Amino acid sequence: MARKLSEMEAERIKRKNRANWLLSMPAILLLLFAASGPLLIVIVYSFLTPGNYGGILWEFSGEAWFKVLFAQDIFDDTISLSDAHLSIFWRSVQLSFLTTLICLILGFPTAYFIATRPPKTRNIWLFLITIPFWTNLLIRTFAILELIRNKGVINNSLISLGIINEPINMLYTDMAIVIGMTYVYLPLMVLPIYAAMERFDFRYVEAGFDLYASRFKVMRRIILPIIKPGVIAGSILVFVPSLGAYVTPRILGGGKNLMIGNLIELQFGQGKNWPLGAALAVTMLLIVLLALIFYMRISQRSEQKDAQ
Amino acid sequence: MSKTKKDAIAIHVNGVGKYFGSEPNLVKALDNVSIDIRRNEFFTLLGPSGCGKTTLLRLIAGFESPTFGQMLLDNQDITNLPPYHRSVNTVFQSYALFPHLTVAENISFGLEMLKKPKHEISATVDEMLALVHMEELKHRRTDQISGGQQQRVALARALAPKPDVLLLDEPLSALDYKLRRGMQIELKRLQLETGITFIFVTHDQEEALTMSDRIAVMSNGHILQVGTPNEIYYNPQERFVADFIGESNFIEAEVVSVTKGRSATASLRLAGTRKTFKANMPASKSKDKTATVFIRPEHAKLQKSTRGATLTGTLTNMLFFGTDTNYHLELDNGDAFVVRSQNEIGHAFHPAIGDKLGVVIDEQAIQVLKD
Repeated sequence: MARKLSEMEAERIKRKNRANWLLSMPAILLLLFAASGPLLIVIVYSFLTPGNYGGILWEFSGEAWFKVLFAQDIFDDTISLSDAHLSIFWRSVQLSFLTTLICLILGFPTAYFIATRPPKTRNIWLFLITIPFWTNLLIRTFAILELIRNKGVINNSLISLGIINEPINMLYTDMAIVIGMTYVYLPLMVLPIYAAMERFDFRYVEAGFDLYASRFKVMRRIILPIIKPGVIAGSILVFVPSLGAYVTPRILGGGKNLMIGNLIELQFGQGKNWPLGAALAVTMLLIVLLALIFYMRISQRSEQKDAQ
Repeated sequence: MSKTKKDAIAIHVNGVGKYFGSEPNLVKALDNVSIDIRRNEFFTLLGPSGCGKTTLLRLIAGFESPTFGQMLLDNQDITNLPPYHRSVNTVFQSYALFPHLTVAENISFGLEMLKKPKHEISATVDEMLALVHMEELKHRRTDQISGGQQQRVALARALAPKPDVLLLDEPLSALDYKLRRGMQIELKRLQLETGITFIFVTHDQEEALTMSDRIAVMSNGHILQVGTPNEIYYNPQERFVADFIGESNFIEAEVVSVTKGRSATASLRLAGTRKTFKANMPASKSKDKTATVFIRPEHAKLQKSTRGATLTGTLTNMLFFGTDTNYHLELDNGDAFVVRSQNEIGHAFHPAIGDKLGVVIDEQAIQVLKD
């Protein structure tokens, strides 16, 4: 009898597992075809030979990967590290990091503000946050361009107010790219932090005050650790697309301040070197991966420090 | 004569009011409340929900500031002091244990904020864990322990900084009956052992009576009466207090005469009877012709015969409580009256519903209310 029961239980679990697999099928298929498939193609292409007019030839070659990091002088064939690529990688990481930082500084108080409004008004504020999404990214980026160019709204107003005499040169600089990316990705920082903050029980704040914690200490020792998952999610959501940004650096950087996204586009377009483009794309993926590991390490270490 | 430490005032609340909102939706959560809470006292704020007891507690904790009035802690004005500068700790109704910290880290939090030396912190944490019998669960996360254990951690966390005053906001309301009874005894023990002034908020009169040194009964933002559990139970001044604490019978009485001595004594005739009683008359009622008297159900006796009885009525219901039985009567004039009597083994008196019975009330059991 007992054995029969255990068999029935095993049968039940088997049936449940089968149902679970069936239910998750759409998600698995989507991941397979929309994420893993294209990624696989990109990885395979990065090991092939470029075609003469774009495209690829089905011949194995490691040249694309070599070119990601090294450059061969066209005259004397000496091999050196590819300064152009490395500086673009470095600039991309720097600008993305800066964007993430500014988004965090602006987004955290915004999320805090919204989460502390009465429930009815919260939805209005959230609605306002989503308004920029109504317009195409390209249009919004051109709007930023209109704001910051030398004869744009900001410079004209500052000059007519007599604050400055010469226009501040903002367009086509790294600063312009950071401004643009901050504007575009700020909502992606605000929303996850808001989500964490909304679930935050503000009685913990009272408990903190009650136990002699000042405002600063309550923020650092209670609010931040509890909503940390939201901050991490927001930072990743801003950092990752910033690193691969294409439109913003193209328009506001004016084509001379390239980021990885522009470099990759160049290989598929004018450069007609698809394998190199693919290798650069995989490199970017690795940079993101490294950045995430680094980030996790830091947050874990701070956790251990807090625990001591 | 200098006051002994025991009699010193820990918290002095002077004419404090707290209003929320504005006209026409003004809510007077507390209206001109004055109260003195002594050092080392177990003081209870008792009242129904919305009476202002929690508001008063939050004012003392510093989470809200009063609309008007003044509060002193050990003769220091704390009216506008932020909560983190008051030597007052709170045990929250929801416990509000920090979810990202362990049991021990929760307890040490306040000590760390006070920048106590490390060895002292760990010694105090161990002491507190022992005090609430939680040594084994020191490194557990707070969501991995039961409600009763969370309650203990909340207590230990609030006691660890050794505050002058500990505030407890209905801390037992989330526990089941057995656990609650256990914690009542535990709380009383902790208060005696630590010698800290406890201010306890509850709507549970039984809890208030069993644990408190003194009770303040509150209603509608006012304090109606302050006294020991005995005074509150036996000498309620107002109908609300008598009604809220324990069970009560209210009977209208006619004032036959008032003799004025050191305290006014009145001759009273209960409605529907001819016999007169003597009872103390509150000064404010010395000119009134009628008064409400109240009688505790256990202070009346039931008898089979209506002869010689103070009141007579028909038995309408009997509720068995184990130790006692409540007999619900409809008096001859139509009023309801409850008699509570102890169940004894071999008790010969077994009335049935519909029986005509007599109620005997001792003169001392009759008390005149102010309102």
